Amino acid sequence: MQTLREFTRKTKRGNILKIVREHYLRDDIGCGSDLCQQCFQNEVYQLTSQHEIQCSLFKFPHYIVLDTNVVLDQIDVLEEDVLHNVIVLTTVLNEVKHKSSSIYKRFNELVHDRTRNFYVFVNEHHKDTYADREPDETANDRNDRAIRVATKWYDDHLQASQSSKEFEHSGRAATRVILLTDDAGNRAKAEAEGILVASASEYVKSLDDFPLLVDKLSRNTFENEKKGLPQYPAHLSMKELLEGLRNKKLLQGAFQASRENYLEGSVNVEDYEKEILIQGRESLNRAVDGDLVAVELLPENEWSAPSEIVLEEKNVYADDVPSEERAADEKDMLKQVQTAAASAERTPTGRIVGIVRRKWRQYCGILQPSLVEDTNRHIFVPADRKIPRIRIETRQAAMLQNQRIIVTIDTWPRNSRYPHGHFVRSLGPLGNMATENEVILLEHDVPHCKFSEEVLSFLPKLPWIITEEDYAKRVDLRDLYICSVDPPGCTDIDDALHCRELPNGNLEVGVHIADVSHFIRPGNALDKEASARGTTVYLVGKRIDMVPELLSSNLCSLVGGVERFAFSCVWEVDQEANILAKRFHKSVIKSKKAMTYEEAQVIIDDPMQQNEIAKSLRHLNRLAKILKKRRMDNGALVLASPEIRFQVDSETHEPLEVEAKQMRETNSMVEEFMLLANITVADHIASEFSECAVLRRHPRPPPTKFDPLVKAARYQGYQVDIESGLELSHSLDKCVKEDNPYFNTMIRILTTRCMMQAVYFISGSLQKEEFFHYGLAAPIYTHFTSPIRRYSDIMVHRLLAASIGADSTYAELLDRKANEEICHNLNYRHKMAQYAGRASVALNTHLFFRGKEEDEEGYVLFVRKNALQVLIPKYGLEGTLYLKSDKDGKSGLERTKSEVVFTFNEEDYTQRCGNVVFHSFDPVTVRLSLDSSNVQHEKLVFRLVKPYIKGFSVELNTEDAADAAPPSKKTKKDKKKK
Amino acid sequence: MGSHFELLSEQGLRLDGRRPHELRHIKCKLGVFEKPDGSAYMEQGNTKVLAAVYGPHQAKGKKTESNDVVINCQYSQATFSTAERKNRPRGDRKSLEFKMYLQQSLSAAIKSELYPRSQIDIYVEVLQADGANYAVALNAATLALIDAGICLNEFIVACTASLSKANIPLTDISHIEEVSGGPMLTVAALPNAEKIAFIEMSERFHIDHLETVIETAMAGCREIRDILEAAVKEHLLHMGSAADWARVG
Repeated sequence: MQTLREFTRKTKRGNILKIVREHYLRDDIGCGSDLCQQCFQNEVYQLTSQHEIQCSLFKFPHYIVLDTNVVLDQIDVLEEDVLHNVIVLTTVLNEVKHKSSSIYKRFNELVHDRTRNFYVFVNEHHKDTYADREPDETANDRNDRAIRVATKWYDDHLQASQSSKEFEHSGRAATRVILLTDDAGNRAKAEAEGILVASASEYVKSLDDFPLLVDKLSRNTFENEKKGLPQYPAHLSMKELLEGLRNKKLLQGAFQASRENYLEGSVNVEDYEKEILIQGRESLNRAVDGDLVAVELLPENEWSAPSEIVLEEKNVYADDVPSEERAADEKDMLKQVQTAAASAERTPTGRIVGIVRRKWRQYCGILQPSLVEDTNRHIFVPADRKIPRIRIETRQAAMLQNQRIIVTIDTWPRNSRYPHGHFVRSLGPLGNMATENEVILLEHDVPHCKFSEEVLSFLPKLPWIITEEDYAKRVDLRDLYICSVDPPGCTDIDDALHCRELPNGNLEVGVHIADVSHFIRPGNALDKEASARGTTVYLVGKRIDMVPELLSSNLCSLVGGVERFAFSCVWEVDQEANILAKRFHKSVIKSKKAMTYEEAQVIIDDPMQQNEIAKSLRHLNRLAKILKKRRMDNGALVLASPEIRFQVDSETHEPLEVEAKQMRETNSMVEEFMLLANITVADHIASEFSECAVLRRHPRPPPTKFDPLVKAARYQGYQVDIESGLELSHSLDKCVKEDNPYFNTMIRILTTRCMMQAVYFISGSLQKEEFFHYGLAAPIYTHFTSPIRRYSDIMVHRLLAASIGADSTYAELLDRKANEEICHNLNYRHKMAQYAGRASVALNTHLFFRGKEEDEEGYVLFVRKNALQVLIPKYGLEGTLYLKSDKDGKSGLERTKSEVVFTFNEEDYTQRCGNVVFHSFDPVTVRLSLDSSNVQHEKLVFRLVKPYIKGFSVELNTEDAADAAPPSKKTKKDKKKK
Repeated sequence: MGSHFELLSEQGLRLDGRRPHELRHIKCKLGVFEKPDGSAYMEQGNTKVLAAVYGPHQAKGKKTESNDVVINCQYSQATFSTAERKNRPRGDRKSLEFKMYLQQSLSAAIKSELYPRSQIDIYVEVLQADGANYAVALNAATLALIDAGICLNEFIVACTASLSKANIPLTDISHIEEVSGGPMLTVAALPNAEKIAFIEMSERFHIDHLETVIETAMAGCREIRDILEAAVKEHLLHMGSAADWARVG
């Protein structure tokens, strides 16, 4: 049943090699059709006679074979639940895998969806469909031929199966096989060979029942396209790129578009300390944020510096004529950018000459209202400012107006100012809380679909009871006075504490963490899902769980008065908080009380309370203070970031009240013991599993990162030492100003921005010295205390359990490479979750200020060339106060066109207007209002109230009604809708 | 153990189109040379090996003092056997290691009590290397020993096994599967006695999987044994044998 054929292949690895591999051809690969009586079928038929599709092109039942280009370009069409009975050839699958891993992933999901009837046919190993590469045939041509051979074979095979008498009697039309390809050459050859063939767009247009599917077709060319002049230089061919990269004439790196200036971006090149600056539309040359590009470095005399100007693109229209006016405008802007740069420090500057790999994804945004009526062509404005506008063609523009939609880019030809794309789907009406949250989740790549049936099937069955066997395995701590302290409204309680006096005068402190790894067994669907999600994501008023709710809010949550499984870390300490002994074990606990920080604080402060819980809390509080002091003495940093809480309306989910988060002693008490538990566990697992322990490190930032902080402090007359964490911490403590109580906090906020990201890593992958956690000043650290909301903690639990013999190990647990991959994903998910959380706060801030105007006290955080960065401590809010508008007067500051002129002093970073000078950290009063003129980017407008500058500041008494009116109207309308 | 490359497709086929439990194609021939006392050629997929046996003959020098048979092996890999040309055919670490392993495995199979103070020389040459080189070399050596008429306890055969990412054991690992990063296990066994003469792992297996992988390799050994036995019978049919053993059973 197996025959042997060999094929040779040449690969280049410096020198040319001849590689001979075996290739077995088989006769036991089934065709997967329920019409076939000949094939050996080892699984359920995928190709069935159900799902007949009405198609004006092929008026008989048919199976579809897809060419590679159709899968790559039309994945959005395929994802619609329209096409069924699709034959997926392994040739195609491999090509797709090679060309785009993201599309491969999406396509694979379709293949796995049983209801879609996609059948993978291993044509490469089937004895009748294998196509040996002929001499002088390119790999591409061979693959095309293989696809045709397989299509032909399928058609013939099915004809043979359907030629039986019985079938003829049934009177059904015979099922044929058609090939969809967008490759003209392949199509012509297929027609010549007698294969039924169509292009993807022809086929989709011929589907009578699905007229709207046409919108989702990838746009390689626009109909009625005016052949415009090339607006961009041509890209180099792949061959030239590789050549240039090899002899180091070109540099390769990931392109990052600037958020603030659409004519600027940078490329991160490995081995280059500084990123390479790219300025101007032609130098950017159609690169989209994230793309892997090849850069040519400009000669040093043409180097420039990043502008500090905020530049936004003005309205554009679908007709896309490069008007001279705009070109002139652009030149002007560029000049402005460059002259601005001339004086500043120059950095390596380059231009993009080619794209090594596109990283296009799907983008959220809205349609720009079209000026011309009755047109199919529209401009799509992405929510992410780093992404250029996209031209799309849709017939449902009227319906999509005022909706958030998703669009994907297909091509970006030289003669088009904007990339071409197509509509994917709509998310819902603008301004709707659910839609906006969906946008945030999608933009940050947060997996948020419902848990699948398979995942839920691994949950414990209710009613869940603790068996005798469980008790026998665990240490019974039900009698201890354990309690939990959390923020109000917390339902996923993953930690609880206790402290009691021992007869020998020492104290016993226990940290009890929800035993999530007991419920989530390695390798099952539930575990995989949790691992993929990585973390629970908190948006304002919404939580996207990492594990299903039954676990997160019920079985794992250490709620008061209920018996729960816990993983305990217990220390014996003396009165001075010196650790004398430690032990880890799984336990059964019964939390005596679930408290909020406030409640706990009240109990501690109230001398009348003398019960066990109160005593326990007071001990903990006292020990925590000692621990904290010790940590500070070691050089741990106290950092600050403005954090706020929203009071959310339970019905409309709209924010009612904003308040800055309050820190109480009890917050720090819980935090201190969590840190202690994490460090203790990290130490333990790192010594038990030197190769594969999951740890967390926080690298020390390079000194250059501290520049803005050091400079800002110096102008205030303070010296910030960055030599070591300890010195930094001490010098931060000294930054106190009598007249500005918020000064210290602001300095700490600036310090926070200098920090690097803390990351998970595997102990075997780094040297021990690199394990260091800079912010905590701990030589080793991990996450152990929140397994309900972080997957890293589940991994740590499993390692710890294995090390104390409470659970068995399994292969993947000890697999360094696999763990590294997981850590990589976790780091990514954590970063995204953080960004999503911030985006959600920003969104709610906007909602809160809708229709309001408030004057607030704030401080200048830094001074920029054309703006002041202002921080409002009350809301933890940061915003930009524009001092100079660019020429067209956007940002609603027409007034500044008058004589008010600010001069920027680069020496000491100040802005001067008349006798008013703005320094960093100066107090100001600003008026906040919401600018809704751009529905997609509603933004808070900061206007100066105090110090008063005539012609610039807002008049204190006369309300500027014109500015305030549009937003307030909008709110009213919105409310009516609800 | 994290193989970066998936060795088994979702359709249940390996990179070269085999199913997990399938061996590569095996071709073998005994008595390919005139000069040596025994010789054999063995092809397992693209791995091709020649083996020659000289002896038993009188051991030289100090070796005569021991009562045991001296088994002297040489493992050599032709310079053209791999995609990139090798510098040294023998004498490198890998070859010396394989030589030791061959001696170890073969001494378990040869009835050494029959050959006191004598020496058996076994020369193995790998002509083309495409994975499981050691295993194929040992199988070829077994055939050559049989051809030389040296008494063996039974066939000693070797087979390799690995584990796919989905933890499905794979038999008879090819070169591409070896370098794709999966762990590999080599077992040399006396299949009838169910004894393992030699075992080697390229990486650690988790204890949960070790047993199934060994069992897979053992199953491979049994299958190879049957093929070798058939080849020996075929050879004897042509050569004729005193006991007419080939016609039995």
